[in-house]
Amino acid sequence: MSLSASERIAIIHNKARPTISDYIPLLFDEFCELHGDRLYRDDPAILGGLANFRGMPVTVIAQVKGRNLEENKKSNFAMPHPEGYRKALRLARQAEKFHRPVVCFIDTPGAFCGIAAEERGQGEAIARNLLEFFRLKTPVISIVLGEGSSGGALALGVCDELAMLENAVYTVISPRGCASILWKDASREKEAAERLRITAGDLSELGICDAIIPEPAGGAHNNPQQTAENISGYLYQALQKFMQKEVAILLESRYNKFRKIGEFLETPGPEA
Amino acid sequence: MPKLEDLFKVVKSRMSEDEEKSEKKSTVKIPDDLLFKCPRCGGVMFMDDFTGASKVCGSCGYHARLTVEERLRITIDEGSLTEYDANLISGDPIGFEGYPEKLRELREKTGLKDAVVTGECRIRNKPCVIAVMDTRFMMASMGSAVGEKIARAFERATEKGLPVVLFAASGGARMQEGIVSLMQMAKTSAAVARHSDAGLLYITVLTDPTTGGVNASFASLGDIIIAEPKVLIGFAGRRVIEDTIKQRLPDDFQSAEFLLEHGFVDMIVPRKNIRRTLSRLIRLHTKEAVR
Repeated sequence: MSLSASERIAIIHNKARPTISDYIPLLFDEFCELHGDRLYRDDPAILGGLANFRGMPVTVIAQVKGRNLEENKKSNFAMPHPEGYRKALRLARQAEKFHRPVVCFIDTPGAFCGIAAEERGQGEAIARNLLEFFRLKTPVISIVLGEGSSGGALALGVCDELAMLENAVYTVISPRGCASILWKDASREKEAAERLRITAGDLSELGICDAIIPEPAGGAHNNPQQTAENISGYLYQALQKFMQKEVAILLESRYNKFRKIGEFLETPGPEA
Repeated sequence: MPKLEDLFKVVKSRMSEDEEKSEKKSTVKIPDDLLFKCPRCGGVMFMDDFTGASKVCGSCGYHARLTVEERLRITIDEGSLTEYDANLISGDPIGFEGYPEKLRELREKTGLKDAVVTGECRIRNKPCVIAVMDTRFMMASMGSAVGEKIARAFERATEKGLPVVLFAASGGARMQEGIVSLMQMAKTSAAVARHSDAGLLYITVLTDPTTGGVNASFASLGDIIIAEPKVLIGFAGRRVIEDTIKQRLPDDFQSAEFLLEHGFVDMIVPRKNIRRTLSRLIRLHTKEAVR
């Protein structure tokens, strides 16, 4: 089944697409939510807590898409403020202390763009997470559930392995934003969506996505239970693999996973 | 107590500004190379005076953008630069139509290979690794070349035990490189972490503008963060925020002074003092025994 990027975007924008709130009871036997960044406030756009995954305690950090307007108002349409990223970092460090793996679920149109977010250092909060997650002496698995957009997604994306649901997209900028900046024409978003190479298949080819988790025909909303089972199956083998690794090797391969990304040439002397 | 009319002063001055702008469009066009018009305060000065003052606005103190050459000239010891990776250029990782041509065109026009120059140099005789970004090259956006050169600069500094001084300026990620560009944020931050773990000093100097993906990665990770006066620093673009919140932002929003007030930069240093400040900070990080 080969769908275009725009077709996949339509699937992930389906109102019935399961969110982290649907997946948590399907994936974990227990879940205990933990709140707050200990600095400013609790950001409902990022959910954090302890969960029991097939008997193993894990730390869960997730961006929260609402399933209706009311939920979305509460979680700010999954657009975190700096305190959300700082809560994520606090919980990741806590996981490290107890050598619990961290599972990040990415599902965001981006970090929130607003006055308060800038006043409290949105850029600093994201940057800090990028740096600190490279130091984290415990396995980190990131899974893109729906949309992963820009630095606001990457702040939960420094990991040992990146998985994406089959229809999920991961992008540096929204196709709409790209079209309006580059061609001054937001209506060309579909074209931008194809050109930006944002699908799970694209990211696998580019060596960024390590695993694609299959969705039921037509998309995750057609069978959330089955989708959760697929996520669970993936997570089980990933945790098996990474929990056995020695910490030094884990950190070295996490560094190399990102260090090798990029395409450049070294030309001797001036070009013709 | 502020008077009610004071509340409208800003609005009034803006309205008159807008009027001025529309009026000016219809008047005589002044050649670009004769006058400098400050984008912050609207003040006008002769270009010769402006360049003579290291491109600092005479009326408001705004520190305008410098080219790599200009920056190096006023910052490092003359002739001390050994450039790293001088021939490294970005590829076309996602096959984005028109991008290779755009790169070639800019390389010819600016003489730069991409948006950052890195190398080893001395600042008042103190050795360090330096990186300078140049907005003439695609708004100093970060693609593969910028990410790789910065990561390598940090790795070499770590190997050699040298401090890093980085002059940041960027519009953010380079969307023509798609997700590969986004990942450069992680890659550079990883290299900063290793340099930091080796106990080495990293100073960032935020210049006009430091925004987007560069703001949200290595530019915000210095042990000491310096900003030039009046420059723009922020994560989200001003227009994006205005569109989101449907109101006009205050003029000083995302200025260096705004960041200092909110605790995100250590100090604001005027251009003329930067050499002295950098050398002093490097000196204060040398390990000397108490006499």
